[in-house]
Amino acid sequence: MENLFVNMASGMRSLLASAGLPDAATNFVLMFLKLGAILVYILISALWLVYMERKVSAYMQCRIGPNRVGPLGLLQTTADIGKLISKEFIIPRCADKKLFLLGPILIFMPPLAVFAVAPFGKDMVAIDMNIGVYYFLAVASLSTVIVWMAGWASNNKYSLIGGMRVVAQMVSYEMPLILSIVGVIILTGTLNMSEIIRAQEDVWFIFLQPLGFLIYLIAGVAETNRAPFDLVEGESEIICGPFTEYSGMGFAMFFLAEYANVVLVSVMAVTLFFGGWHAPLGLTFIPSWIWFLLKVYGMIFLFMWFRWTYPRIRVDQLMEFGWKVLVPLSIANIFVTGIGKYLYQTIRW
Amino acid sequence: MTIKTEEFLLNLGPQHPSTHGVFRIILTLDGETVVKAVPVPGYLHRGIEKLAESRTYTQVIPYTDRLDYLAGMLMNWGYVYAVEKLMNVEVPERAEYIRVIVGELARIASHLVATGAYAADIGGLTGFIYTFRDREDIMDLLEMISGARLTPSYMRIGGVAADIPDGFIEKCRRFIDYLPDAIEEYNGLITGNEIFQARTKNVAVLSAEKAIDMSLSGPVLRASGVNYDLRKARPYSVYDRFEFEVPLGTKGDCFDRYYVRLLEMEQSAKIIRQALDQLPEGPIKGKVPKVIKPPKGEAYAEIESSKGIMGTYVVSDGSTNPYRVHFRRPSFVNLGYLDEMLKGWKIADVIAILGSIDIVLGEVDA
Repeated sequence: MENLFVNMASGMRSLLASAGLPDAATNFVLMFLKLGAILVYILISALWLVYMERKVSAYMQCRIGPNRVGPLGLLQTTADIGKLISKEFIIPRCADKKLFLLGPILIFMPPLAVFAVAPFGKDMVAIDMNIGVYYFLAVASLSTVIVWMAGWASNNKYSLIGGMRVVAQMVSYEMPLILSIVGVIILTGTLNMSEIIRAQEDVWFIFLQPLGFLIYLIAGVAETNRAPFDLVEGESEIICGPFTEYSGMGFAMFFLAEYANVVLVSVMAVTLFFGGWHAPLGLTFIPSWIWFLLKVYGMIFLFMWFRWTYPRIRVDQLMEFGWKVLVPLSIANIFVTGIGKYLYQTIRW
Repeated sequence: MTIKTEEFLLNLGPQHPSTHGVFRIILTLDGETVVKAVPVPGYLHRGIEKLAESRTYTQVIPYTDRLDYLAGMLMNWGYVYAVEKLMNVEVPERAEYIRVIVGELARIASHLVATGAYAADIGGLTGFIYTFRDREDIMDLLEMISGARLTPSYMRIGGVAADIPDGFIEKCRRFIDYLPDAIEEYNGLITGNEIFQARTKNVAVLSAEKAIDMSLSGPVLRASGVNYDLRKARPYSVYDRFEFEVPLGTKGDCFDRYYVRLLEMEQSAKIIRQALDQLPEGPIKGKVPKVIKPPKGEAYAEIESSKGIMGTYVVSDGSTNPYRVHFRRPSFVNLGYLDEMLKGWKIADVIAILGSIDIVLGEVDA
């Protein structure tokens, strides 16, 4: 079980090699297979998360949630997506047609791209990049532009307000997000995701960087536009923000991309602070990739818990909190981490 | 190069998730800040007052259900109270007590909706579900006694339609005993939340003078610290026989307006408990002729509804139909100061302020 996927990959490789393919072509085919597997995982995960969200919210609200379509309602999301696909995709007359259509197509690009460096288990990284963390931060912030574009192209005032909020929120919360990760990077001295996980073999970084994790968590919730930072959608204020004019599959794409982003932020949190695929308490008989997924869905449950408990913060309070609380705190965290590391290295204290 | 900025119009409603119905506000915005707000009510106008003129006095009662449909009992009461005043009808004691019980139940139900909807306005949907869960018990109780959940048409001129059914009193007591626990839960989930407080405290502070000047009433007035509750200030029905307090706010901000309602629910429960204990035996309807033909004249009666002072003005020309009926709808009057209250706040606050006034569009537009 432990090496299920790794063995599958090496088996595929020897199969292709025995078929007489040159090395370069084998690598190429394998790369596609790996990325294809990740794509399938993200899409299934998004479907599952919509179901999970509905179930979690239902139990938090003394309801039962979907239980009609398929066993335990498991096919509910599939049915929903089927419905959304069959619905008309309305393009408003005054919208910028090209940009309006590009929005839902591009929105899945950043999360998909980032997953390439996600370490799902021991030796289970599609591309083991030595600047993995940097790549994650750089590509993940691209989705801001796409949401903004969708909001502006809709030519709707609610969408425009939502689009502006996206930019303001992302710019303000990317800062503490990046700075909170710096603490971990100081400790490990590397940007490679696998290296960071390896460094956590003895002790998870949440114990060394509790403040860093807290800041990452808050900024991460803000990055995914979920409550209490769901100002971008802010249903009770601006209807659905940038997605107001989208219908049918266009809306579903944004909807699913939100979940892909949630997985992404959780994957990063697990990688940086929860020891990645390392088994806690020596429970190594459970495969590493199962541990990894368990931790990820634990994080996601936390996000859902926030969403169904907290009300929404106001836009000026959001800015104030980001710049006046989170940024100074994360800088202080870097400072303390630096001093700690220096003391540790010089006097072995 | 200079960057030009300009204000823009945002049409909030009549179809918007948080205007509590079909209310419309035309906002002039500078970025996210409100520069000017023009409320436009009237999308749910059904002409109830005019319709009443072509119905008999009894037939008007179902129309009053549709005013404040979250507290239909109280609307019934306001109307029959005015007609009784016009006809000088004596209402039997038991009927008065039943009216108090169902009226206060309706008040709690209305405040539960206000509390839950306010949580949803601020962005926490879960609070909404919790208050609606408990409101369901009241709906069951009202259904037991009147046969309908929202539109009871339970009051009659001179009394009530039916006596208390078996099992009602026990069920009602059980609910009243449970209510404090539920309120504790709301306090944990909504009131005590840091973000909720940050969103509502010191937002749209309404001074006592201004509230009186604008003729506001109900929880909105009392949140500003004005001790004026008709049940206490000018007791009607049998309210002078109960012991209860009038919860007051201190600041008059959105939080106070929200919190006063929670406290009022506790007081309503207290009133219901006393009414159940004191409930006398006897008839449930006074001596009223089969055909109601009030003498020529006019009457104006006020009750304290869940939204404020609900006044009913009835003019009779001696026939079986009222010559004119007018309702002083508290939601509508309370909206009078909305445009000033919204000025200078953000879009998110618009929703918070509107929600704190707690309007029901059926009543605003009549």
